[in-house]
Order: sequence, then structure tokens, then C-alpha cells
Amino acid sequence: MSSLVIQDLHVAIGEKEIVKGLSLTINSGEVHAIMGPNGTGKSTLSKAIAGHPDYTITSGDVLLDGASILEKEADERARAGLFLAFQYPSEIPGVSIANFLRAAVQARMAEGEELDATAYYKRLYAKMDMLKIDRKFTSRSVNEGFSGGEKKRCEILQMAMLEPKFALMDETDSGLDIDALRIVSEGVNTLRGPDLGVLMITHYQRLLNYIVPDYVHVMWDGRIVKSGDKSLALELEAKGYDWVKKELALA
Amino acid sequence: MANTDTLAQEAAAADNPVAGIDQTKGDFSYDVSYAFDAGTGLNEDTVRYISSVKKEAPWILEFRLKALAKFRSMPMPTHWATKDLENIDFDKIRYYLSQGQKPKRTWDEVPDDIKKTFERLGIPEQERKFLAGVEAQFDSEAAYSNIKDIVSKQGVIFVNSTEGLREHPELFKKFFGKVIPTGDNKFAALNSAVFSGGSFIYVPKGVKVAQPLQAYFRINAENFGQFERTLIIADEGAEVTYMEGCTAPKFSTSTLHSAVVELVALKGAKIQYITVQNWANNVFNLVTKRGIAHEEAEIKWIDCNIGSRLTMKYPGVVLKGRKARGEVISIALANDGQHQDTGAKMIHAADETTSNIVAKSISVGQGRSTYRGVVHIPKHLKGCKNNTECDALLINTNSRTDTYPAITVRGDRNYVQHEASVSKVNEEMIFYMQQRGLTEGQAMSLAVNGFINDLARQFPMEYSVELKRLIDLEMEGSVG
Ligand SMILES: Nc1ncnc2c1ncn2[C@@H]1O[C@H](COP(=O)(O)OP(=O)(O)OP(=O)(O)O)[C@@H](O)[C@H]1O
Ligand SMILES: [Mg+2]
Repeated sequence: MSSLVIQDLHVAIGEKEIVKGLSLTINSGEVHAIMGPNGTGKSTLSKAIAGHPDYTITSGDVLLDGASILEKEADERARAGLFLAFQYPSEIPGVSIANFLRAAVQARMAEGEELDATAYYKRLYAKMDMLKIDRKFTSRSVNEGFSGGEKKRCEILQMAMLEPKFALMDETDSGLDIDALRIVSEGVNTLRGPDLGVLMITHYQRLLNYIVPDYVHVMWDGRIVKSGDKSLALELEAKGYDWVKKELALA
Repeated sequence: MANTDTLAQEAAAADNPVAGIDQTKGDFSYDVSYAFDAGTGLNEDTVRYISSVKKEAPWILEFRLKALAKFRSMPMPTHWATKDLENIDFDKIRYYLSQGQKPKRTWDEVPDDIKKTFERLGIPEQERKFLAGVEAQFDSEAAYSNIKDIVSKQGVIFVNSTEGLREHPELFKKFFGKVIPTGDNKFAALNSAVFSGGSFIYVPKGVKVAQPLQAYFRINAENFGQFERTLIIADEGAEVTYMEGCTAPKFSTSTLHSAVVELVALKGAKIQYITVQNWANNVFNLVTKRGIAHEEAEIKWIDCNIGSRLTMKYPGVVLKGRKARGEVISIALANDGQHQDTGAKMIHAADETTSNIVAKSISVGQGRSTYRGVVHIPKHLKGCKNNTECDALLINTNSRTDTYPAITVRGDRNYVQHEASVSKVNEEMIFYMQQRGLTEGQAMSLAVNGFINDLARQFPMEYSVELKRLIDLEMEGSVG
């Protein structure tokens, strides 16, 4: 069993502190949802954990299986089992999905080990079928000209291929139509299991009907201010963030 | 003339080892005994020496001497080109070296040293077998050639320039120096004075050469300038593809490479000329390449430049006959301390001629890329078309890119389209790729390979693989 432990994390962009002391432990097998108003630092949290160079961790720590990952480059963290499904995935002109994923899979293999191309494509096609992605997409450039929903689906395809220990999913549901939401959720549910821990950032309780979380956290101004089970999401939906704000003011 | 001993001493005195294998690809050298050596510096004696070693006809010596005078009288083109040209010290350059060997016929006869060199160039096993069909130039003279036996059955002549002028003067004299006159530019004049090596090819009427003709060039001695001269004539309806690849070992002092390549595509003929070059970053690579396309003929330059200190190269096509087509596909990668000044020239001289230019440049770090294009369509012509597209990719903020498209199109019966773009490999894209487990270097090379992907696809398979590998090497080295 693996664990991802976030300890009193403070993250700044330039001089500005965005994440202000956030602690959270995710064990494999668990799905944690984070909800919170726009601009509260959710994406910042996920990118900082993934090792984005623009985000400075001013204090606190992130431990993967007990060892700090903060000294590691983004690619080392990725190879160690961390996956970030981006809120806004980048486009990579001229690089096909098949070649990109192949390079990513190859990067996880021992030096000198050769990738079995036939087996790779078999697996890729199986995952694409699961996510109902047309085979034509393998030769399309990564995210280039993709619709919002196609991009999100492609993120989950990558996640399925790379089999991370922990997946940080940043608003994977936004931009998905009703059918796509169901397909992507089913995909994630298939990947869900004792070997995967998930941190799911979302604005909508609707997603949580499909991917039922074990824990729900409310993030506010760079911190987690409230945690509970899936019923918290329903309560939030009903009462809005003002409710949290009032509670905070009372505390 | 320096003998082999002094050469070896000079070599040993250089900052970089000349003997033995360096681990970096393209950054290695072997001891070679040079049987002929014109010493350093350039004067009439040098030219006479080269001509006599080659046992040339008097008219060639005369051609060379005239060219030398021309070279001396012409100023450096620094009024438009980079001042870095002034750093070429013509007195320190060695203008002719030869192993004094005749081109070899079979693989077994090729010296082990040379075989090792090919090995280090990373030519795959099966291709090395195919090398039995390769005209490969080792320094000034072709060290190996055998494909001509294969293609000669079709009546194709594929020889080095010396042999071409000696054995087939009636054929080559007609076009030699005609596509690119001696005085075209200072470096064409220099080449005309001291040329050696390069290929002369004649493809008879209607003959379609199935396999690409190849030549590998590299510079193998310090301060050694290489001045190949290539002339390819495709007779009416003939088709031929020529591939040229270069890697060079790194030496501590500057090296000059100044080639002249002339192509003649007669009525309905097709010539495709492919170059992938990876020069050491102290090489001045100043090359003149031009072709003449007659009626309904087609000339396509695929030109890929990596490395060198300064490359100046603008492959051109003179569209001389009705419905002639010209194309330049060019890729240039300028890393730290390198300047790629490349482009294309399309001179429309007949109705309904079409030309296409696609140029992509990549600038890394302090690397600098310049695109210069000339498209000329005079007023009296009709139905001419040109499409020009130049895209630049910048890999960090220090890189510099300039575009100088000179399009002179007169008259309203012609159609020209021009597009240019400058983009940056953005940090978000690199982070995205790193998040998938690729190192920064791998991410960069993937981004660069993606940028040129649509062009690289037009390369023959082994060249696009080689190109990808060269880019990987460049990008690996470019991240700290
Ligand atoms: N590169 C940046 N430079 C400056 N400010 C930034 C940068 N990235 C994020 N911010 C700021 O940090 C704050 C948190 O942004 P973040 O993207 O983490 O919010 P979020 O919780 O993900 O919001 P949303 O729900 O809208 O996605 C915002 O005020 C945002 O403007
Ligand atoms: Mg966000």
C-alpha cells in the first residue's frame, strides 16, 4: 500500500502565497474530492505537488511512501507514480498521441529494455475502447485541435496507460458532455482499486454521483477548511460556499 | 608540403585529441596518412598543385585560376551577411588533402579506419551492407564507391568530380559552372578555384534510378576546408534522388566547408537532392546550391542543417521551362554559438511555373536563425505560383530569429502566398511532457521533432531516423 502525505504545505507564485498550510493524507485505494471556489488554490496545489517550476514550496512537505519528493524534478515524480490530469492540458503540435505515450511508457522502463510495440498498441487500443476514443486519435497530435471534452478524455487515457500510484485530477469533469462524463467516470472507476489513490478536484457534485468519493474536502483561501464524506458535497451543493464562509467566521 | 609526421604532430598539438575514438558521436577522428597535402594558405601555387595532383586538363586549371582571381577581387558579403565571416582566416586553411587513393571497388578493399568511421557515424548494420552501393567521400577523395557498378547498367554515370571532368569532359563541361557561375558569390568563386571531391552524375533519358544515390562527407583534419563540387544532370524524363549526409569531428580551430552543387533537370526530369548535415560547431558551412529546371521538370531540395558555427545556404531553382516546378524544404537548428542563415531562391523564368518553399528553423539558447528568401516572378509571365511558409521555433528567450523574405512579383497574372510564424516552446508544454515522465531533454526533443514532423515525414526513412537522433543529441546537450 502506498501513501501520499501533504504536510502543512505552503506554496507561493512569485511573492504571492497561494496555498497556506494544507495537510492531507491519501492512501492507495482512497478517492478524495476537493471542492472550493474559483481561485482558491486547487490547481496550484496539484501543480506544486507535480513539481511545476513556477510554484515555490515555501514550507511543508510532500511525502510519497514516506519519502519527500520535493527535491525531485517533475519527471522523476511522474515516474515515481504521480499523475496529474491537467485542468488545461497543453497541446503538442506534431507529436502523435501514440508516439507521446510510447515515449512516456518507454521512459518508465529500465535502460536497455525494449518496448514491445505490438503489446503496446494492443494495450493502447484496449484503453481507448474503454474510454470510447476513436482509433483515429492515435495519429492525431496531442491535444491539438481537440475539443474541451476530447482533451479531458485524452488525459484519462494517459492515466490509464501510465498506471500511476496517485492521480491528481483537476476538473476532469469540466467540459464533458453528459455521455462523456459517464464514459470517463466509468473509465476512472475501472482504474480505481487498491493500487490507486485519487485526488479529484471538482466544482460539481454531479461527478461525485459517478465517482463516489471516500472523502470530500472544502478548500478555501489556500487551506482545507472542512472535511467529511460524500454527504458534504451534497450539503455544499444545497447551501453554497457562503455557508462554509459563515461557519468559518463563527469559528 | 607537410608530410604525415608533421601532420600528426600538429594534430597532437591540437586541444582536442585527433587520434582515438571520442565517445561523442560525430566528435571523433582517426589517424589517416595523407599522401597529398597542399599545405595551408591559398595562392596560385596551391591551385596549380591541386590541379596537377588531379592530373587535370589545362582548361580546368585555367578555370581554377580565373576563379581564384575572382575570389580575391570579390569583397566579403558582410554588407548583408554576418560580420562573423571576417573571422575566417584563409591563410590558415588547408585547401587540399587526399589519401592518394583511387576510389575502392569492394567493401573488403576499404581500409579498416574508414570502416570504423562509418561505424561511428551510426550507420545501421543492414545499411552498412547497403554501403556496398554507396559513394562515400572520405576527406577530399571518394574513398569508396560501388553503386556506380549497379547504376551503370542503366547507363548512369556516377563518379567523383575529378573523374567526371577527366573521363567525361564532353558531358560535364557543358553544364559545369553554368548553373552557378564562378562569380556568383565569393564562396562559389573559392570553390571553383580549389574544388575537389563531390559527385558528378548523369542520368540518361528516361532512366529512373530506383535507389537513392548516396554520399557521406566528413571533415577529418584540423583546419581542413572541404570544397566539394557536385553536378547532377538528369536528361529528359530521367529521375534521380541524391542523398548527402555529413558529420564532422570537433576541432579547436575553425574549419571551412564551401561546396557548390549544380543540378540540371532537362525536360520532364526530376531531381531530388537531400542533405542532412551535422557540423561541428566551429565549422563555417558556406554552400551554393542551385538547379535549373527545364520544361515540366521538377527539382526538389530537402535541406537539413544542424550544427556549424555559421551556415549560409540558400538552395535555389531557376524555373526555366514552362510548367517547371521547384521546391525547397528546409530545416535548420541553431544551438548555442551557432548561426543558421538559410533560405531559398526561386527564380521564375517561364509561364505556369510553380515553386514551394517551406522553411522551419529552431533556435536554442544563444543560437540564431535567419531566413532569407528570394522569389522572383517577372511581369511578363503568367500563371506562376509560389507558396512560401517559414516557421521559427524559439527554445528560450535569448534565441534570435530573423526573416527576410524578398518577394518580387510583378504583374497580376501570378499568384503568391506567404506565411510566417514564430512560436516558442512554452514552459507549460515542457512541464506537461515532464509530468508524463519525460526528462526535460526528452521533452524538448519531442517538441522540436513535433515542430518539424510534417517535413521530416518527407525524408527517406533512414534519414528521418537519423535526423531525429541528431535532434535528440542536440536537445540533450542543451538542457542544464
Ligand atoms: N502563474 C501564475 N501567476 C500569478 N498568479 C497565479 C498563477 N497561477 C495561479 N495564480 C493565482 O493563484 C490563485 C489560485 O489559482 P488556482 O488556479 O490554483 O485556483 P483554482 O482553485 O484552481 O481555481 P479554479 O477553480 O478557477 O480552477 C488565483 O488567484 C490565480 O490568479
Ligand atoms: Mg483550477
